[in-house]
Amino acid sequence: MSKSVLLKSSLAKKYWMALTGLFLCLFLVGHLAGNLQLLKAGEEGRRAFNEYAYFMAHNPVVKILSYLTYISIIFHVIDGFLLFAQNRKARPVKYAHTRPQENSSFASRNMALLGTLILVFIVTHMQNFWYKAKISNGPFPLHTLVKEIDNQEYDPATGAIVNKKQDVKLYLLTNGQYQMIDLEDKDNIELRHNTEIYSKKLDVKVAEGYKDLHSLTTAFFGHDNSKYGFPKNDLATVAVIFYVVSMLVLIFHLWHGFSSAFQSLGLRSKKYAPIIITVGKIFAVVVPVLFAVIPVYLYLTK
Amino acid sequence: MKLNLKIWRQKGPNDKGSMVSYPIENIDGDMSFLEMLDILNDQLVEKGDDPVAFDHDCREGICGMCSLYINGEAHGPDRGITTCQLHMRKFNDGDTIYIEPWRAKAFPVIKDLMVDRSAFDRIMAAGGFVSVNTSGNTQDANAIPIPKDDADEAFNAATCIGCGACVASCVNSSAMLFVSAKVSQLALLPQGQIEAMDRVKNMVAVMDEEGFGNCSNTGACEVECPKEISLENIARMNREFLKASFVK
Repeated sequence: MSKSVLLKSSLAKKYWMALTGLFLCLFLVGHLAGNLQLLKAGEEGRRAFNEYAYFMAHNPVVKILSYLTYISIIFHVIDGFLLFAQNRKARPVKYAHTRPQENSSFASRNMALLGTLILVFIVTHMQNFWYKAKISNGPFPLHTLVKEIDNQEYDPATGAIVNKKQDVKLYLLTNGQYQMIDLEDKDNIELRHNTEIYSKKLDVKVAEGYKDLHSLTTAFFGHDNSKYGFPKNDLATVAVIFYVVSMLVLIFHLWHGFSSAFQSLGLRSKKYAPIIITVGKIFAVVVPVLFAVIPVYLYLTK
Repeated sequence: MKLNLKIWRQKGPNDKGSMVSYPIENIDGDMSFLEMLDILNDQLVEKGDDPVAFDHDCREGICGMCSLYINGEAHGPDRGITTCQLHMRKFNDGDTIYIEPWRAKAFPVIKDLMVDRSAFDRIMAAGGFVSVNTSGNTQDANAIPIPKDDADEAFNAATCIGCGACVASCVNSSAMLFVSAKVSQLALLPQGQIEAMDRVKNMVAVMDEEGFGNCSNTGACEVECPKEISLENIARMNREFLKASFVK
């Protein structure tokens, strides 16, 4: 295998573009499957989403896939810009009058522009969710449930025992139980790595909670989750509109990109071209639309 | 028919060039586009002006010499034809027609509407052939059995006349349709197998050197190609190149 040919030639750039693009299509499916759990209502949905997020953050296979995803995005972007720059250079004098709409689709001619818009979305999206959930330091609110319980109290003034309502905070733990833990009890309990609850005296992990990413997400799209530590996002309307528009851009990018990847890899033939094109178009519409449905649903149910 | 022509005039390779307007009258719908330009040139010569330089040869759509980017499309608005096969009836009285040369770094303008397409020749010289011993006892081509489908497909690819419309139409000035047709016509036949791997690698290498852009699968080339060469050829070339890169 000659190395330079598989890295530098015009065709090699297309192979890498196609391979990383198709891998990112797979990533979209995985990401969507997780996101769809946000459509589950109530505590059950919240629990399902946070448990899923915990799994994604701790499974070694997912970890490898996530690094492949980062690499694919970076490679796809750099390769894309290189191709774009070379292609601009290949026509130094432009036509005075041109009618490209007669022979090709808008999406196919503007993949670099569409891709750049998607990159802007990815950057903001990672800042809003990925960075907050994974990188930023400081305590991250855990999955808690506030429950009202009856508490009997002795009233010294009257000498009677009265029933009083009281709120208690229950933590959802990785053993599946909801438990009352007093994290304020700094003498005995310590929180490490955001979610792991340690007994200070024994220096032993006694339990582990879940990061409340569900509340982070729903608050971002307009829910008031102050009681869980996530006040409602004042710019939720803007966030939802930006998200939906970005998914529209993604439709155009995938509309051309999906089948184009097969063409670049030489996997297209007379026999399979119609299937690849049809599957590509269905994929291009269904995946972004399902992604977009989630923030819209969250916004409307706020 | 009365027309307003806007034609790219450029004195030589180093001249900057510009679009110049030429009103023209009494154009018949049955004239070919090149005949219309002949009439314009007669008028320019009579006035003592420099005639518009443009490429042409057979004028029956088989030589690949004529070019012209007419009203924003290679070989004009019709499909499956070269400029010499384009008739003036495709235009309306009073139309403005933009006439430009192929635009690509690899196709430098020689004069006015003529471009230097020798980059294609250099790609062909790099591998667009089969080496045959011509010592006098050459085997009859028909002695090798070839499936009809393969022969047809190879022939379809071989109908490429190398006019360069694919490069001119491509938003990236990519020569992939041309190169892939030349790779395919031989890759599909047993005679082409012996040199198949070197062929595709060498032809792609020269294509890149010449400064053509990269394919982004817009499909514009296939639509504008006067011989309607299929995009499948590009997929085949991608396949051949991938195979050759791994093996050799």
